[in-house]
Amino acid sequence: MAFLEIRGLTRRFGGLTAVDAIDIDFAEGELLSIIGPNGAGKTTLFNLISGHDTPDAGSILFDGRPIAGLKPERLAALGMARTFQHGRVFANLSVRDNVLVGAHTRLSLVRRSVPVIGPVVELFAALLRPARVAAEEAALAAEVEGIVTLFGERLTPRLDQPAYSLSYANRRRVEIGRALALHPRLLLLDEPTAGMNETETAEMMEIIGRLKADGLSILLIEHKLDLVMRLSDRVIVMDDGEKIAEGLPEQVRNDPAVIEAYLGNRAVGGAA
Amino acid sequence: MSSWFDYTVNGLIIGNIYALLAVGLALIFGVSHLINFAHGSVYTVGAYVGWAAIRYLHTPLPATMLIVVAVCAGLGIAIERLGLRPLQGSARIAPLLATIGISFVLDQGLNLIFTPDPRALSSGLPNWRWQVGGGTIGIMDLLIGAIGIASAGVLFGFLRFSKLGWAVRATAQDRDAARQMGVDTDRVNRTVFAIASGLGGLSGMLVGMYYNHIDTAMSFNATLKGVVAQVIGGMGNVPGAIFGSLLLGLTESYGVALFGSSYRNLFAFVLLLAVLVLRPNGLFASARQTPPEPMTGTFIAPSRPVRVPAWALWAGFVAAALLPLVPDIAYILQTLTNGWLYAMLALSLTLVAGTVGQVSLGHAALLAIGGYASALLALDLGVPVPFAVLAAGFITAVVGTALVFPAFRLRGHYISIATLGIGEIVGLVILNWEGLTRGPIGVAGIPPLEAGGWELDSPRATYWVTLVVMAVLGLMQARLLRGHLGRTFRAIREDDIAARTYGISLNRYKGMAFAYGGFAAGISGGITAHMYSYINHETFTSQISVLALTMVILGGLGNLTGAIIGAVALISLPEMFRFAAEYRMLIYGFTLLLLIRFRPQGVLGTV
Repeated sequence: MAFLEIRGLTRRFGGLTAVDAIDIDFAEGELLSIIGPNGAGKTTLFNLISGHDTPDAGSILFDGRPIAGLKPERLAALGMARTFQHGRVFANLSVRDNVLVGAHTRLSLVRRSVPVIGPVVELFAALLRPARVAAEEAALAAEVEGIVTLFGERLTPRLDQPAYSLSYANRRRVEIGRALALHPRLLLLDEPTAGMNETETAEMMEIIGRLKADGLSILLIEHKLDLVMRLSDRVIVMDDGEKIAEGLPEQVRNDPAVIEAYLGNRAVGGAA
Repeated sequence: MSSWFDYTVNGLIIGNIYALLAVGLALIFGVSHLINFAHGSVYTVGAYVGWAAIRYLHTPLPATMLIVVAVCAGLGIAIERLGLRPLQGSARIAPLLATIGISFVLDQGLNLIFTPDPRALSSGLPNWRWQVGGGTIGIMDLLIGAIGIASAGVLFGFLRFSKLGWAVRATAQDRDAARQMGVDTDRVNRTVFAIASGLGGLSGMLVGMYYNHIDTAMSFNATLKGVVAQVIGGMGNVPGAIFGSLLLGLTESYGVALFGSSYRNLFAFVLLLAVLVLRPNGLFASARQTPPEPMTGTFIAPSRPVRVPAWALWAGFVAAALLPLVPDIAYILQTLTNGWLYAMLALSLTLVAGTVGQVSLGHAALLAIGGYASALLALDLGVPVPFAVLAAGFITAVVGTALVFPAFRLRGHYISIATLGIGEIVGLVILNWEGLTRGPIGVAGIPPLEAGGWELDSPRATYWVTLVVMAVLGLMQARLLRGHLGRTFRAIREDDIAARTYGISLNRYKGMAFAYGGFAAGISGGITAHMYSYINHETFTSQISVLALTMVILGGLGNLTGAIIGAVALISLPEMFRFAAEYRMLIYGFTLLLLIRFRPQGVLGTV
């Protein structure tokens, strides 16, 4: 069975079908890229997988478990982490706290929890801070410093600065750091290099490559095709909510349907 | 006994009046996404302008109406220009708080000019009534009905057919796009405020004439009713606001028919909560609409908080603790004691509204729950006072959290409206649950503060007790926030969608914040009850909720030291300078306005 198995996934907004009967099979440890022109439905697809939106039809199996319509907090507990297209860091939190929030689902007070009693225990534990809780906090704090070294010297000197003071590229890095702190089993990256210059993009490409080499399963939305072609095991091309091509990077690159979707000569009637 | 026909007519008339208010609120929300909390004050100004015109100018009714509409429209334009336009582009909560500040200023202004004594406002119309079916209709009923229908018609025509009406609708759809297409959105705002305020003022005058009674305390209720009607119909939806108003008027009228007039507002707020919880986008919205609040954007402006060093805090505490040793300062001690009690409330609210970002406008209800719990435990069950106060803290934590729980799914402004409604409901339940709370008579003879047989009712003793309890609550809160809860709470405030993505269950953490906040506020309410020895349903008014919010903003959202400083500055200082006591609400209003305009992050900054 596939690690992530999507069948007939559909989401309509009024008259527009943003995601139209998409099927995806995704194996553990794979890096699968989803590309397509703006408005093709890539981010909507991500939203459906990560629980930010509910599908109108279709199913999603994550490690054999049906997850369509589950809440995002539940999916996080199952090991799914995602970043956002436009970046959603916690602006008034320090870099350190931003990344620590990523580890939220791993806290022992949160992981094993009974309704009503769990929160009460958590409240008192936070107040009394027994040794076990303090030790866990300390271990996580140390881990965070390790995670940010992934980005070289980009974030380390800024650990205690609020996230709103960071550059756009650094905010994207914080988001990825936060996602890694969750210890994800599946990582969804929505345009991680948006707004980055060439050097920064190359750096990010190397980081994603390293994560892949470590065996992390990654779903990637990206516009920069050379990055996609270089990193991906497989590529899915979407246009108008539909999957128009799927395969190895070099196959997809030469697919006439893909070229047409990207150059849009169908839409402009060959005016180009 | 009145007939059902009479109750229906009465409901429709009241509904018509609410509609005049709600339509204005809906127009304003439509173009600026703002709940105008000054709307009720404009309504009261309208009533007084009408009174003054008849009294001093002896104007006939049509001329009085024209004067009221003109003056209130002018007031609306001034509110927009001075209070709101400078805030464009600031945090979303800022203009809402500005309108609260404006309403304080207007209400207190009316109080100073006209005194709080109620006045009669006669329409001067003959007292004709017609027998219809099983009931009667009076000339005032017909007038209000006619004005309601006529204004709806004129408004419809304006929005549908005039060029400026187009611009209003375009701005409501997409402000930026409208501006790019050359629509003067400032002019649209001005027009909308003028229309809304004109109608609001007219509504106030008509209500005054209908009951032949006006007073300066009618603003708050008017704002509430207008907001409730608007929420029922869907925020920013003008026809929805009219429908919501009529529904609200009828519900209230039938509720009064069935249970008596002290239940009027209870029905209004229960209806509000039901709509908010079941259909937060209003009765006419489709079930699966995108959330009305924008999906992104920070709620709170970036801030660099001032870090007060620990030694300075300890020095402040020691100085405060030694103060009672200075002779002959009993009065100052009393005002500071009051300040410490408010500081506990402000600490509670700065956690809920500041750290977690759930701006509660019903926080005084927690004081009421704590006060009643402690008083009744001590009186009826003979629980020793210290245990009663402590138990009151826990009871408030549980009851408060349970009451707000249905509203946890709401976001942004909606949480403020819901907590406002819940706060009112608590007051009304206290008023009506006579078996438990002794109803309107209140609870008298509450035993004074004591501990292990030691009476603590001297000014010095109560001062020390409140100071120490406040300091302990503050330290506990600081400790709570130093662990993982601090970042978790703040993450919810900064971006609740990203927080959920990382496994943070909003209900769970909002519940924890309200529980701790309820505990602190409950303790404050409990101590207050034992200090006053008498409390009733009006001891902890909704004004206290707004006052607490002002303290929190003054100190900086989520800032514990700031909350204490805010409480002392707003409670103790005006009382120490006695001349200022009369102008207190005016001072609060201006403080709020100036802060929002010039230092929205508060004195010490958001944490």
